[in-house]
Amino acid sequence: MTVAGGKAGGERIVTDTASARPDLAIGETLLSLENVSKRFPGVLALDSVSFELRAGEVHVLFGENGAGKSTMISMIAGVHQPTDGEIVFRGSPVTLQSVHHARSLGISAVFQEFSLVDQLTVEQNLFLGSEPLSRGLLDRRTLHAEAEGILSRLGFPLRPTQIVAHLSRAEQQMVEIAKAFRSELSVLILDEPTASLTERETDRLFELVEQVKARGVGVVYITHRMAEIRRIADRITVLRDGKYIDTVAAENTGEEELVNLMTGRVIDQVFPKIDFDPGAEMLAVEGLSIVGGRVQDAHIVARRGEIVGLAGLVGAGKSRLIRACFGLEKIESGQVRFDGEEVTGKSTREMLDRGFFYIPPDRRAEGLAMIRSCRENISLSSLHLDDFRRSAFLRRGSERRIAQALATKLQLHPLNIERQVGHFSGGNQQKVMLAKCLTREVKLYVFDEPTVGVDVGTRVEIYKFIAELCESGAAVIIISSDLPEVLHLSNRLYVMHRGRVQAELAGKDITQENVLRNFFDQEVA
Amino acid sequence: MAQGSALDTATAAQSSTTTLSHKLKVVFVRLGVLPFLLLIAIVVFTAISDNFLSGRNLLNVVRQSSYLMLVAVGQMFALLTGGFDLSVGTIVALTSVVGATAMAAAFSMMPDAVWLAITLGVIAGIAAGLFIGAINGFGVAVFGVSPFMMTLGMSSVGFGVALYMTGGTPVYGMPQEFGNVFGFGTVFGVPAPIFVALLVIAGAYVLVNRTRLGRYFYAVGGNVKAASLSGISTRLTLFLAYLICGGIAAISGMLLTARLDSGEANIGSAMPLESIAACVIAGVSLRGGVGRLENVVLGALFIGLVQNGMNLARIESYLQTVVIGALLIIAVVADQMRLRMSASLQG
Repeated sequence: MTVAGGKAGGERIVTDTASARPDLAIGETLLSLENVSKRFPGVLALDSVSFELRAGEVHVLFGENGAGKSTMISMIAGVHQPTDGEIVFRGSPVTLQSVHHARSLGISAVFQEFSLVDQLTVEQNLFLGSEPLSRGLLDRRTLHAEAEGILSRLGFPLRPTQIVAHLSRAEQQMVEIAKAFRSELSVLILDEPTASLTERETDRLFELVEQVKARGVGVVYITHRMAEIRRIADRITVLRDGKYIDTVAAENTGEEELVNLMTGRVIDQVFPKIDFDPGAEMLAVEGLSIVGGRVQDAHIVARRGEIVGLAGLVGAGKSRLIRACFGLEKIESGQVRFDGEEVTGKSTREMLDRGFFYIPPDRRAEGLAMIRSCRENISLSSLHLDDFRRSAFLRRGSERRIAQALATKLQLHPLNIERQVGHFSGGNQQKVMLAKCLTREVKLYVFDEPTVGVDVGTRVEIYKFIAELCESGAAVIIISSDLPEVLHLSNRLYVMHRGRVQAELAGKDITQENVLRNFFDQEVA
Repeated sequence: MAQGSALDTATAAQSSTTTLSHKLKVVFVRLGVLPFLLLIAIVVFTAISDNFLSGRNLLNVVRQSSYLMLVAVGQMFALLTGGFDLSVGTIVALTSVVGATAMAAAFSMMPDAVWLAITLGVIAGIAAGLFIGAINGFGVAVFGVSPFMMTLGMSSVGFGVALYMTGGTPVYGMPQEFGNVFGFGTVFGVPAPIFVALLVIAGAYVLVNRTRLGRYFYAVGGNVKAASLSGISTRLTLFLAYLICGGIAAISGMLLTARLDSGEANIGSAMPLESIAACVIAGVSLRGGVGRLENVVLGALFIGLVQNGMNLARIESYLQTVVIGALLIIAVVADQMRLRMSASLQG
């Protein structure tokens, strides 16, 4: 696929942006948050945080999942408004009413979750909401020329007339990034933009970031990757549990110091001490490939009495590997053995009955029926067991007793099993998910991103719960993009990259460096 | 782009060993089920009846289909935004009753001002249709009522009003000229209903393809969140979709009134099903965001063709409804298959 060179329309944009707002010198304050707080129902997501972005710098936001980074950028981008405090842009306080409003001021965000209309073409998406007109009608020629101009200036190998739905994730991300460059830019927010990009695309993105920096644009950049921080960051602001910790200059701050800032001393208390006692082989995957090639030739083993971690970037195939074993993905070749029996390609129901329990990452989409009560959700996958039915009829009393006992054990808060699941906080919803797997005899628990969107307090309870499962002799697999989580909980750790199992680490070898080395191609080494 | 070139080589490899079935598959994925259905219908009915392919009959088919064409074009706006309008039949009926009543009243008061009476009647009728469309749009856009409930409810309301106004009997007393011109007349040799339908289709084509509003229908139906993040007023867009749908259905209602020479409360009951069928057969997605106007026109024409063919083949009218319903379901099933196939052709 070739990219045609930018024509007249494209040139125009280039000069427009180049001459954008020359009123701020590089290094002056472009945007600042002053004691900004954000309260969501039930949580204080951001607690009186201050932040300063200068023209022409890359300011990295660093912190664990749930530290408040996303909340912070969502306020800068106009998605949410602060509960308390003030946002100051170019010297005057502003209220950013909407993303569109922020964008019109030159504050553009590229979120992890894309906001593209799949059915429209690349160029239609680029200019959605501000299509060029001539005499009241859409000016398709200008639209096309300008879209081509932007894409070729950014060096993205996309055709403007491609339908977005047909693009790969990385390509969709390019469209999302290109949208930010549509209008005059003064603040660019990038939320883990490289998660789905190849190395070459990443290089290209960083070149772009350098370019806009030179023009006085301030860049807010969220990443977990040390290599990227070293490469492009000027300053780093660390958040933890919704609180501001520190802002440091990138050049004289070491990796260890950053991690210390990020995790604080909480780390020893967050992760429980687990005594592993690996026993019989529970799950054995040999040479597994799935249809579509997102997992290729994978080998993993999980034993009773141990926790096995699966680490890797988003899209590395770690979820798909397990979902294939659980009957949710089509298997192309390879073998899956469970508890000594060959189970390749068996249905989900059958795997459940054999004692394989998979707790999906997206509670809303796959885990829970949000508008039904906790009781019904807890018993749902076990209704055919004798505890819950007598011939064709449900045993409602028994169901209530079991659900109540489990909810009490997991300290569900508030302890009301008839309440709609959707009304509970994220952490408590996760507890309902956990309760689901305790209604039947399970030999292998798989937790897929068990602590996404869960606060630290609940996280500790979930980890303790997982540790108890393991110590009581079950096999546990944890799939997680959250590095500290798998580093601290795993007895053995598999690292996946682009659908392949890149490395198996055990015991003392489970270190951040060892894992990161296998996360990317050769970026870190 | 690595993936892209892999795709290119893949398709190149395939084309060297292209089979007919693969070609058909590509055509199917690209154009949908309509070309196949049209072809089958034409072959079958030509075989059954000698008259079917005659110019006279075909013109007849187009004229008969023009009413459905209009309603289907209106329906497409609702479908594009991810909803649908079940009240189009009621809109046609209410328009007919209100328009005929107003026209007859104006005509009896001032028998000399024929064209003034016709104008007033048409305005009243179309205003009635727009009113229903506006209520639909208001409920869906502002109160977030599901289009299903909103338009189903309004179809009962409108039908009830139309029956109440007429007591169930047809409304007569409109000037002769109305029927003569809009029902049976011709413009430049083209039957009036076809002419009006062409005008509306041309207008709708420009609206859908060449204006921002048209683009926003697709955007709102494709991804509401993305649309509102882009600064598009999703409420206004939804409201206008139902308003336009009501307006176009009302035009169809007035044309039918002219053809029947009377205001009828019980016309249009098949319109919701047939118009949605025409759109879906034409590849308009029930999930919103996908659909082409020219195909919708062809889709309506196809349904007219099938009905005409069945008439020529002397198939009972009760059985005809069975066929239309079955066609709708086949179209939806084909749409699902197409989704799966397009994924497999991509991969």
